[in-house]
Amino acid sequence: MKGRWELIVGAVGGLGLLAGSALGLWWAPQERFMLETGRILYVHVPTAWLSMILFTAAFVGSIGWLVKRRWGFDFLSEASVEAGVVLGCLLSVQGSIWAHWTWNTWWAWDPRLTSVAVMVLSFLGILALRSFVDDPEKRATWSATATIVAWVNVPFVYLCVKWMRSLHQGQSSVANIDPDMGKVLLLNTVAVTLVAIYFVVTRWRIANAVHQREFTE
Amino acid sequence: MELILESRAVLAKELLHVWRARARLVATGTFALATLLLFSFAGGLNDAALRENSAGYLWIGILLASTLALGEGLRVETEHNAIEMLLLLPVSPAAIFYGKAIGNLLVLLLVGIVMLPFLTVLFDATPTEGVGPLLLCLFAGSAAISAPGTLHATLAARARSRDVLLPLLLFPLVIPCVVAAVQATHLVYAGDPMDQLGSWLGVLFAFCVVHWSVGGLLYSRVVED
Repeated sequence: MKGRWELIVGAVGGLGLLAGSALGLWWAPQERFMLETGRILYVHVPTAWLSMILFTAAFVGSIGWLVKRRWGFDFLSEASVEAGVVLGCLLSVQGSIWAHWTWNTWWAWDPRLTSVAVMVLSFLGILALRSFVDDPEKRATWSATATIVAWVNVPFVYLCVKWMRSLHQGQSSVANIDPDMGKVLLLNTVAVTLVAIYFVVTRWRIANAVHQREFTE
Repeated sequence: MELILESRAVLAKELLHVWRARARLVATGTFALATLLLFSFAGGLNDAALRENSAGYLWIGILLASTLALGEGLRVETEHNAIEMLLLLPVSPAAIFYGKAIGNLLVLLLVGIVMLPFLTVLFDATPTEGVGPLLLCLFAGSAAISAPGTLHATLAARARSRDVLLPLLLFPLVIPCVVAAVQATHLVYAGDPMDQLGSWLGVLFAFCVVHWSVGGLLYSRVVED
């Protein structure tokens, strides 16, 4: 337990997420057009932000590895890609459930939905690449290269609802919604961020332990 | 200037390599044509639907054939350690990348050009906007596949399960370019009354600029490790 500060961070994040979701379901006002289904905002938007932030962290870690050759950067990249893929899959599932009730379809070939699917699949390919390369240095370098290339899509995912005609609504933020809704959104964003930090730090530690074993064998 | 001269030398080597392994090129083209036939059956032999979707069949055929062309080209070099020898030559890794990527672009372009008459024969698709715009679409789409394809084929060639890995890495990455290429080609075949062709070609060229630049920058990291 000593030194495992991320457990406290994760626990606070988990409790915050529970509280935020409860407030979002029962306290926050109803969205004017989407009614009850609009309450997905409080988990969907933080998941979307965090998945893109995690892929960006993986991108930074990849550049760090290629420039500095310090293993910590590779661990950061590996941990962030994994956590980002989990959040990206959650994002698609949440969106699909919401779309079923709002758009009357589980999936639409909309720029935002398609670009998110492309983003998640690209990073899934990187996880596959990592598992198919035995040499740790080659694994780190090749996956860093592939991560940088895959990240090119991330800004497009964020901006496509502005650039293109999209069924998906524009970016939601604390600034452009009702203040009470904004408070809940902010709480859940902080909570999901803390949970994501817990996942990344835990995965970082696992990557470090695997690395130590690979070099002692 | 040096980069251009070096890339040209690598390209000449690539083309010689392709010429000496002509059977592989024929096999890739035949594979692409076989996919066109398969799509005819998948489409339920509905003439109107086949004609409407012919641009999509063309690009899926090229994309599937690209995994064969890209994978095989790098496999031979990796198996004989030729890539190591190439790195000993006084050429920059970026020149090796550009030489190889242009070589792959030409192969994909050739496969696409071979498929065009079959598209007309099998699906009754004729380019309403003319052959020039159609060739431009083929060129832009092939360029958008060949740059990330060359980078990832080099990665996959030296990893385990390379045949699975290349499509896993490449396909998601080139989906936006395939979407743009299909839309642009469809407009050439079906007509472009709203002048949308330029926008889709713009997307393709933007994709090319990003991936040809990133590939040239990162190739040294992939081959020198």
